[in-house]
Amino acid sequence: MNPSGGTARQVLGAPHPLLSVPAQQVDPTDPRVVAAAADLLATLRNARGTAGLAAPQIGLSWRLIAFDTRGHPGGRSWAGERVMVNPRLAEASRWHDGREGCASIPGLTGDVRRATRITVLGRLPGTGDPVTIEADAFESRCIQHQLDHLDGILFLDRVPGALSLHRRLHSCDA
Amino acid sequence: MGLSAVTVLGMDRPGVIAAVTGSLADCGANIQDSTMTLLGGHVAMMLLVSGDLSAEELGKHLCGPDLVVTASAVEARRYFRGQSDGLGYVLTVHGPDRPGIISAISAELASVGGNITGMSTRLTGRLYVLIADVELPERVDVAGLMRGLAEVGSGLDSEITFRPVEPDLL
Repeated sequence: MNPSGGTARQVLGAPHPLLSVPAQQVDPTDPRVVAAAADLLATLRNARGTAGLAAPQIGLSWRLIAFDTRGHPGGRSWAGERVMVNPRLAEASRWHDGREGCASIPGLTGDVRRATRITVLGRLPGTGDPVTIEADAFESRCIQHQLDHLDGILFLDRVPGALSLHRRLHSCDA
Repeated sequence: MGLSAVTVLGMDRPGVIAAVTGSLADCGANIQDSTMTLLGGHVAMMLLVSGDLSAEELGKHLCGPDLVVTASAVEARRYFRGQSDGLGYVLTVHGPDRPGIISAISAELASVGGNITGMSTRLTGRLYVLIADVELPERVDVAGLMRGLAEVGSGLDSEITFRPVEPDLL
Protein backbone atom coordinates (compact mmCIF):
# COMPACT_ATOMS: atom_id res chain seq x y z
CA MET A 1 0.00 0.00 0.00
CA ASN A 2 1.33 3.42 -0.92
CA PRO A 3 1.86 6.05 1.77
CA SER A 4 -0.88 8.66 1.91
CA GLY A 5 -1.38 12.17 3.22
CA GLY A 6 1.73 13.66 1.68
CA THR A 7 2.24 17.25 0.66
CA ALA A 8 3.11 18.19 -2.89
CA ARG A 9 6.48 19.93 -3.00
CA GLN A 10 8.13 22.13 -5.57
CA VAL A 11 10.06 20.24 -8.26
CA LEU A 12 13.64 21.53 -8.41
CA GLY A 13 14.91 22.70 -11.77
CA ALA A 14 18.42 22.23 -13.13
CA PRO A 15 20.93 23.60 -12.49
CA HIS A 16 20.61 22.63 -8.83
CA PRO A 17 23.41 20.99 -6.81
CA LEU A 18 21.12 18.23 -5.45
CA LEU A 19 20.45 17.04 -9.00
CA SER A 20 24.12 16.33 -9.62
CA VAL A 21 25.12 14.30 -6.56
CA PRO A 22 24.43 10.65 -5.65
CA ALA A 23 21.58 10.18 -3.17
CA GLN A 24 21.92 8.25 0.09
CA GLN A 25 20.51 4.83 0.96
CA VAL A 26 17.77 5.11 3.57
CA ASP A 27 15.88 2.93 6.04
CA PRO A 28 12.48 2.22 4.46
CA THR A 29 10.84 1.88 7.89
CA ASP A 30 12.07 5.27 9.13
CA PRO A 31 8.97 7.49 9.63
CA ARG A 32 10.80 10.38 7.95
CA VAL A 33 11.35 8.23 4.87
CA VAL A 34 7.67 7.19 4.88
CA ALA A 35 6.68 10.87 5.06
CA ALA A 36 9.09 11.70 2.23
CA ALA A 37 7.61 8.88 0.13
CA ALA A 38 4.14 10.33 0.70
CA ASP A 39 5.37 13.78 -0.33
CA LEU A 40 7.04 12.38 -3.45
CA LEU A 41 3.83 10.65 -4.45
CA ALA A 42 1.75 13.76 -3.77
CA THR A 43 4.17 15.79 -5.89
CA LEU A 44 3.95 13.26 -8.71
CA ARG A 45 0.15 13.36 -8.62
CA ASN A 46 0.31 17.14 -8.73
CA ALA A 47 2.79 17.33 -11.63
CA ARG A 48 0.75 17.27 -14.80
CA GLY A 49 2.30 15.28 -17.64
CA THR A 50 5.00 13.79 -15.40
CA ALA A 51 5.23 10.01 -15.14
CA GLY A 52 7.95 9.73 -12.52
CA LEU A 53 9.96 11.62 -9.93
CA ALA A 54 12.97 10.93 -7.74
CA ALA A 55 13.50 12.31 -4.24
CA PRO A 56 16.39 14.64 -5.25
CA GLN A 57 13.91 16.46 -7.49
CA ILE A 58 11.94 17.52 -4.39
CA GLY A 59 15.05 18.48 -2.46
CA LEU A 60 15.82 15.20 -0.67
CA SER A 61 19.07 13.40 -1.42
CA TRP A 62 17.54 10.01 -0.54
CA ARG A 63 17.13 6.93 -2.71
CA LEU A 64 13.39 7.09 -3.31
CA ILE A 65 11.50 7.06 -6.59
CA ALA A 66 7.83 7.28 -7.54
CA PHE A 67 6.27 6.52 -10.90
CA ASP A 68 2.94 5.96 -12.57
CA THR A 69 2.95 5.51 -16.35
CA ARG A 70 -0.78 4.88 -16.64
CA GLY A 71 -2.18 5.94 -19.99
CA HIS A 72 1.11 6.79 -21.65
CA PRO A 73 0.90 6.07 -25.39
CA GLY A 74 4.34 4.40 -25.34
CA GLY A 75 3.44 2.20 -22.41
CA ARG A 76 2.91 -1.53 -22.28
CA SER A 77 3.60 -2.84 -18.77
CA TRP A 78 2.02 -0.88 -15.93
CA ALA A 79 3.02 -1.68 -12.36
CA GLY A 80 0.55 0.86 -11.02
CA GLU A 81 1.32 3.91 -8.95
CA ARG A 82 4.50 2.95 -7.15
CA VAL A 83 6.99 4.25 -4.61
CA MET A 84 10.24 2.36 -4.14
CA VAL A 85 12.95 2.81 -1.53
CA ASN A 86 16.59 2.02 -2.37
CA PRO A 87 15.68 0.73 -5.84
CA ARG A 88 18.36 -0.94 -7.94
CA LEU A 89 18.49 -2.28 -11.44
CA ALA A 90 18.88 -6.06 -11.38
CA GLU A 91 18.46 -6.88 -15.07
CA ALA A 92 18.34 -4.85 -18.27
CA SER A 93 18.02 -5.92 -21.88
CA ARG A 94 16.78 -4.92 -25.35
CA TRP A 95 18.30 -1.47 -25.66
CA HIS A 96 16.59 1.11 -27.83
CA ASP A 97 16.90 4.83 -28.49
CA GLY A 98 14.03 7.04 -27.44
CA ARG A 99 13.37 10.71 -26.83
CA GLU A 100 12.76 11.79 -23.26
CA GLY A 101 12.31 14.89 -21.16
CA CYS A 102 12.50 15.68 -17.47
CA ALA A 103 10.35 17.67 -15.06
CA SER A 104 13.56 19.33 -13.83
CA ILE A 105 14.61 20.40 -17.33
CA PRO A 106 11.66 22.15 -18.94
CA GLY A 107 12.11 23.06 -22.57
CA LEU A 108 14.51 20.33 -23.67
CA THR A 109 14.38 16.70 -24.71
CA GLY A 110 17.10 14.31 -25.79
CA ASP A 111 17.60 10.98 -27.47
CA VAL A 112 18.74 8.42 -24.93
CA ARG A 113 19.46 4.71 -25.25
CA ARG A 114 17.71 2.70 -22.54
CA ALA A 115 16.88 -0.93 -21.89
CA THR A 116 13.29 -1.69 -22.81
CA ARG A 117 13.06 -4.66 -20.46
CA ILE A 118 14.20 -4.36 -16.87
CA THR A 119 13.87 -5.90 -13.45
CA VAL A 120 14.14 -3.52 -10.51
CA LEU A 121 14.47 -4.52 -6.87
CA GLY A 122 13.63 -2.27 -3.94
CA ARG A 123 11.75 -1.91 -0.68
CA LEU A 124 8.32 -0.60 0.20
CA PRO A 125 8.17 2.46 2.44
CA GLY A 126 6.74 1.67 5.85
CA THR A 127 6.95 -2.11 6.00
CA GLY A 128 10.32 -2.38 4.27
CA ASP A 129 9.03 -5.42 2.40
CA PRO A 130 11.02 -6.31 -0.71
CA VAL A 131 9.41 -5.47 -4.03
CA THR A 132 10.30 -6.56 -7.54
CA ILE A 133 9.12 -4.69 -10.62
CA GLU A 134 9.39 -6.09 -14.12
CA ALA A 135 8.83 -3.36 -16.64
CA ASP A 136 9.08 -2.81 -20.36
CA ALA A 137 8.62 -0.07 -22.97
CA PHE A 138 7.93 3.41 -21.53
CA GLU A 139 7.66 2.24 -17.94
CA SER A 140 11.14 0.75 -18.24
CA ARG A 141 12.50 4.05 -19.61
CA CYS A 142 10.74 6.02 -16.87
CA ILE A 143 12.19 3.90 -14.06
CA GLN A 144 15.74 4.05 -15.47
CA HIS A 145 15.43 7.83 -15.75
CA GLN A 146 14.50 8.02 -12.05
CA LEU A 147 17.33 5.64 -11.09
CA ASP A 148 19.74 7.98 -12.87
CA HIS A 149 18.50 10.85 -10.71
CA LEU A 150 19.52 8.84 -7.65
CA ASP A 151 23.06 8.72 -9.04
CA GLY A 152 23.15 12.44 -9.86
CA ILE A 153 22.84 11.77 -13.59
CA LEU A 154 20.55 13.76 -15.89
CA PHE A 155 19.39 12.57 -19.30
CA LEU A 156 21.63 15.29 -20.72
CA ASP A 157 24.61 13.20 -19.56
CA ARG A 158 23.46 10.33 -21.77
CA VAL A 159 22.67 12.20 -24.98
CA PRO A 160 24.77 10.50 -27.67
CA GLY A 161 25.70 13.47 -29.84
CA ALA A 162 25.32 17.13 -30.71
CA LEU A 163 22.29 16.51 -32.90
CA SER A 164 20.43 14.53 -30.23
CA LEU A 165 19.39 17.47 -28.06
CA HIS A 166 16.05 19.03 -28.96
CA ARG A 167 13.72 21.82 -28.05
CA ARG A 168 10.63 20.37 -26.49
CA LEU A 169 7.53 20.39 -28.66
CA HIS A 170 5.09 18.78 -26.26
CA SER A 171 4.88 17.78 -22.62
CA CYS A 172 5.50 14.23 -21.46
CA ASP A 173 8.25 13.69 -18.91
CA ALA A 174 9.92 10.47 -18.01
CA MET B 1 31.69 21.78 -61.63
CA GLY B 2 32.21 23.98 -58.57
CA LEU B 3 31.41 23.59 -54.93
CA SER B 4 29.80 26.39 -52.94
CA ALA B 5 29.05 26.87 -49.26
CA VAL B 6 25.65 28.50 -48.88
CA THR B 7 24.16 29.91 -45.67
CA VAL B 8 20.51 30.88 -45.40
CA LEU B 9 18.96 32.78 -42.51
CA GLY B 10 15.29 33.71 -42.45
CA MET B 11 12.17 33.96 -40.33
CA ASP B 12 10.74 30.58 -39.46
CA ARG B 13 7.63 29.81 -41.46
CA PRO B 14 6.30 26.79 -43.31
CA GLY B 15 7.78 26.63 -46.80
CA VAL B 16 11.18 28.28 -46.26
CA ILE B 17 13.10 25.07 -46.90
CA ALA B 18 10.90 24.23 -49.87
CA ALA B 19 11.56 27.66 -51.36
CA VAL B 20 15.34 27.50 -50.91
CA THR B 21 15.79 23.96 -52.14
CA GLY B 22 13.35 24.56 -55.00
CA SER B 23 15.43 27.52 -56.17
CA LEU B 24 18.57 25.39 -56.04
CA ALA B 25 16.92 22.61 -58.02
CA ASP B 26 15.67 25.10 -60.60
CA CYS B 27 19.22 26.19 -61.36
CA GLY B 28 20.55 22.64 -61.50
CA ALA B 29 22.45 22.82 -58.24
CA ASN B 30 22.94 19.62 -56.28
CA ILE B 31 22.79 19.73 -52.47
CA GLN B 32 25.50 17.59 -50.92
CA ASP B 33 25.85 18.00 -47.16
CA SER B 34 23.42 20.24 -45.32
CA THR B 35 22.28 21.08 -41.84
CA MET B 36 19.39 23.17 -40.63
CA THR B 37 18.04 24.26 -37.27
CA LEU B 38 15.87 26.91 -35.65
CA LEU B 39 17.63 29.63 -33.68
CA GLY B 40 15.43 32.09 -31.82
CA GLY B 41 12.58 31.79 -34.28
CA HIS B 42 14.87 31.96 -37.30
CA VAL B 43 15.70 29.25 -39.77
CA ALA B 44 19.45 28.75 -40.02
CA MET B 45 20.62 26.53 -42.85
CA MET B 46 24.04 25.68 -44.24
CA LEU B 47 24.53 23.73 -47.43
CA LEU B 48 27.35 22.47 -49.58
CA VAL B 49 26.14 22.76 -53.14
CA SER B 50 27.71 21.58 -56.37
CA GLY B 51 26.79 22.75 -59.84
CA ASP B 52 27.73 24.90 -62.79
CA LEU B 53 26.73 28.23 -61.26
CA SER B 54 29.33 30.26 -59.45
CA ALA B 55 28.85 31.07 -55.79
CA GLU B 56 27.99 34.66 -56.74
CA GLU B 57 25.31 33.53 -59.21
CA LEU B 58 23.89 31.10 -56.66
CA GLY B 59 23.66 33.85 -54.08
CA LYS B 60 21.70 36.06 -56.47
CA HIS B 61 19.40 33.20 -57.42
CA LEU B 62 18.53 32.50 -53.78
CA CYS B 63 17.82 36.05 -52.73
CA GLY B 64 14.37 36.53 -51.18
CA PRO B 65 12.59 39.30 -49.34
CA ASP B 66 12.80 37.53 -45.99
CA LEU B 67 16.07 35.63 -46.45
CA VAL B 68 19.67 36.54 -45.79
CA VAL B 69 21.82 34.42 -48.09
CA THR B 70 25.56 34.14 -48.44
CA ALA B 71 27.40 31.92 -50.88
CA SER B 72 31.12 31.38 -51.23
CA ALA B 73 33.28 29.05 -53.26
CA VAL B 74 34.80 26.11 -51.44
CA GLU B 75 37.88 24.23 -52.53
CA ALA B 76 36.93 20.64 -53.16
CA ARG B 77 40.24 19.32 -51.87
CA ARG B 78 39.51 20.89 -48.49
CA TYR B 79 36.10 19.30 -48.37
CA PHE B 80 37.06 15.77 -49.31
CA ARG B 81 39.25 14.99 -46.33
CA GLY B 82 40.74 11.60 -45.94
CA GLN B 83 39.36 9.20 -43.39
CA SER B 84 40.32 10.32 -39.90
CA ASP B 85 42.33 8.24 -37.45
CA GLY B 86 40.92 10.27 -34.59
CA LEU B 87 38.89 9.00 -31.66
CA GLY B 88 35.28 10.08 -31.26
CA TYR B 89 33.91 11.42 -27.97
CA VAL B 90 30.75 13.16 -26.83
CA LEU B 91 31.03 16.05 -24.40
CA THR B 92 28.09 17.25 -22.28
CA VAL B 93 28.23 20.41 -20.19
CA HIS B 94 25.29 21.69 -18.14
CA GLY B 95 25.10 24.36 -15.52
CA PRO B 96 24.07 27.94 -14.86
CA ASP B 97 24.25 30.24 -17.85
CA ARG B 98 27.22 32.61 -17.94
CA PRO B 99 29.49 34.14 -20.58
CA GLY B 100 32.57 32.18 -21.64
CA ILE B 101 31.43 28.56 -21.28
CA ILE B 102 32.05 27.54 -24.90
CA SER B 103 35.28 29.52 -25.00
CA ALA B 104 36.68 27.83 -21.88
CA ILE B 105 35.66 24.32 -22.90
CA SER B 106 36.81 24.61 -26.50
CA ALA B 107 40.17 26.06 -25.42
CA GLU B 108 40.76 23.04 -23.17
CA LEU B 109 39.97 20.67 -26.04
CA ALA B 110 42.11 22.63 -28.48
CA SER B 111 45.07 22.49 -26.09
CA VAL B 112 45.43 18.76 -26.86
CA GLY B 113 44.52 19.03 -30.53
CA GLY B 114 40.88 18.09 -30.00
CA ASN B 115 38.52 19.10 -32.76
CA ILE B 116 34.85 19.91 -32.24
CA THR B 117 33.03 18.38 -35.21
CA GLY B 118 29.49 19.19 -34.14
CA MET B 119 27.93 21.25 -31.39
CA SER B 120 24.53 22.23 -30.00
CA THR B 121 23.97 24.67 -27.19
CA ARG B 122 20.62 25.42 -25.59
CA LEU B 123 19.51 27.86 -22.93
CA THR B 124 16.34 27.00 -21.04
CA GLY B 125 15.58 29.08 -17.99
CA ARG B 126 18.83 29.36 -16.01
CA LEU B 127 20.15 26.11 -17.43
CA TYR B 128 22.76 26.20 -20.16
CA VAL B 129 23.47 22.96 -22.00
CA LEU B 130 26.29 22.23 -24.43
CA ILE B 131 26.62 18.94 -26.29
CA ALA B 132 29.60 18.52 -28.61
CA ASP B 133 30.95 15.81 -30.85
CA VAL B 134 34.71 15.80 -30.36
CA GLU B 135 37.48 14.15 -32.29
CA LEU B 136 40.75 13.59 -30.49
CA PRO B 137 44.09 12.74 -32.07
CA GLU B 138 45.07 9.12 -31.60
CA ARG B 139 47.77 9.82 -29.03
CA VAL B 140 46.17 11.97 -26.36
CA ASP B 141 46.23 11.58 -22.61
CA VAL B 142 42.45 11.26 -22.32
CA ALA B 143 42.54 10.93 -18.52
CA GLY B 144 44.57 14.14 -18.33
CA LEU B 145 42.14 15.89 -20.66
CA MET B 146 39.21 14.74 -18.52
CA ARG B 147 40.91 16.14 -15.42
CA GLY B 148 41.39 19.43 -17.26
CA LEU B 149 37.77 19.50 -18.38
CA ALA B 150 36.59 18.71 -14.85
CA GLU B 151 38.64 21.62 -13.54
CA VAL B 152 37.20 23.95 -16.16
CA GLY B 153 33.69 22.68 -15.36
CA SER B 154 34.22 23.25 -11.67
CA GLY B 155 35.26 26.83 -12.36
CA LEU B 156 32.04 27.32 -14.31
CA ASP B 157 29.84 25.60 -11.66
CA SER B 158 28.94 23.15 -14.42
CA GLU B 159 28.74 19.39 -14.68
CA ILE B 160 30.78 17.78 -17.45
CA THR B 161 30.63 14.29 -18.91
CA PHE B 162 33.08 13.18 -21.58
CA ARG B 163 32.56 9.72 -23.01
CA PRO B 164 33.70 7.75 -26.04
CA VAL B 165 31.36 7.28 -28.95
CA GLU B 166 30.42 3.65 -29.23
CA PRO B 167 29.20 3.06 -32.76
CA ASP B 168 27.57 -0.25 -33.58
CA LEU B 169 29.31 -1.00 -36.87
CA LEU B 170 27.59 -3.87 -38.61
